[in-house]
Amino acid sequence: MKRQRLIAIVPAWNESGAIGKVVDEIKGFDPAIDVVVIDDCSTDDTAEVAESRGATVLRLPFNVGIGGAVQTGFRYALEEGYDVAVRLDGDGQHAASEITKILGPVDSGDADLVIGSRFVDPDGTYRPPFARRIGIGVFARLVSILGGQRVTDTTSGFVALDRTGIELFAREFPHDYPEVEATLVALRSGLRVTQVQVDMRERTTGSSSITFVRSLYYIIKVMLALLVASLRRYPRLEGARQ
Amino acid sequence: MTPVRVSIVGAIASLLLILVVLELVRGRRLKERYALLWLATGVVLLVLSIWRDGLNTIAGWAGVTSYPPAVLFAVATLFILLVLLHYSTVISKLTDENVDLAQRIALLEERVSRHLGPPAD
Repeated sequence: MKRQRLIAIVPAWNESGAIGKVVDEIKGFDPAIDVVVIDDCSTDDTAEVAESRGATVLRLPFNVGIGGAVQTGFRYALEEGYDVAVRLDGDGQHAASEITKILGPVDSGDADLVIGSRFVDPDGTYRPPFARRIGIGVFARLVSILGGQRVTDTTSGFVALDRTGIELFAREFPHDYPEVEATLVALRSGLRVTQVQVDMRERTTGSSSITFVRSLYYIIKVMLALLVASLRRYPRLEGARQ
Repeated sequence: MTPVRVSIVGAIASLLLILVVLELVRGRRLKERYALLWLATGVVLLVLSIWRDGLNTIAGWAGVTSYPPAVLFAVATLFILLVLLHYSTVISKLTDENVDLAQRIALLEERVSRHLGPPAD
């Protein structure tokens, strides 16, 4: 069988402290993976650091937010003809050693989108703070109902996609706070979605983009997006499940 | 019945709006497609200001009995809301197009520097 071309998509905004290690780790895990870092107009030297470690860097001319940055990576993967893409965050919270797990169902042809979930296994080690756990649970329940399939971690940014998934997200990817909505879009477009248990690390540098003040906006925006997305019609994809 | 003075003031204000919009379009400072809603606003307000019986009748339908010119305010507010909503859709479209362009620039820049080397700046 022809060796599949694999790309790691890493969005980064002011992550110069972490991005070098992230790229190194991915290359260390499998030197055959091409790494593309999308620099969302950082004010530090994120792009230079990533480039010096051998990553391809896409520089956005102004800050477009996480969703738009990630989508740039999917568009790159589509244009350059990659077969499989994994997406990891630029802050180092997704361990490259876990890539094997999320690649499994894509490699075997059983899934178009694999979500690295922290909650498949009830004995998993990740215990978020109470409020966040409630939020994650509510979104997971909502997406499960609206998408017609049980998902446990809709806020995970650690995912793997095959060519069908890359095509969908290159064309259609929500712009701010994208993960929850993207999961629903994938389900409603007929992608075969699977989740596998992964461990994530606590972030080592920088701070989460979701502060307490933004939480309310986050919740309301995502709720509205889910409602609207479930009223919208998505064209079924070629090669996706019926 | 609408006081004559209210009619005159309303008509002058509406005419001014129409003239300002036309002048902006003439000077190419406002595109026709964005001028249409404003012109419609001006024309409707002008008609309601001059046609006092009409304003009375509409006020009757709306249940406004004490002061028919209140309908003028209501109609003006409605049109302003329409214009604002229209702008929100325009901004949304521009936002999407902006992001699309930013992404394309990032992709093209990478491709160009791959073939020609990084830009010398």
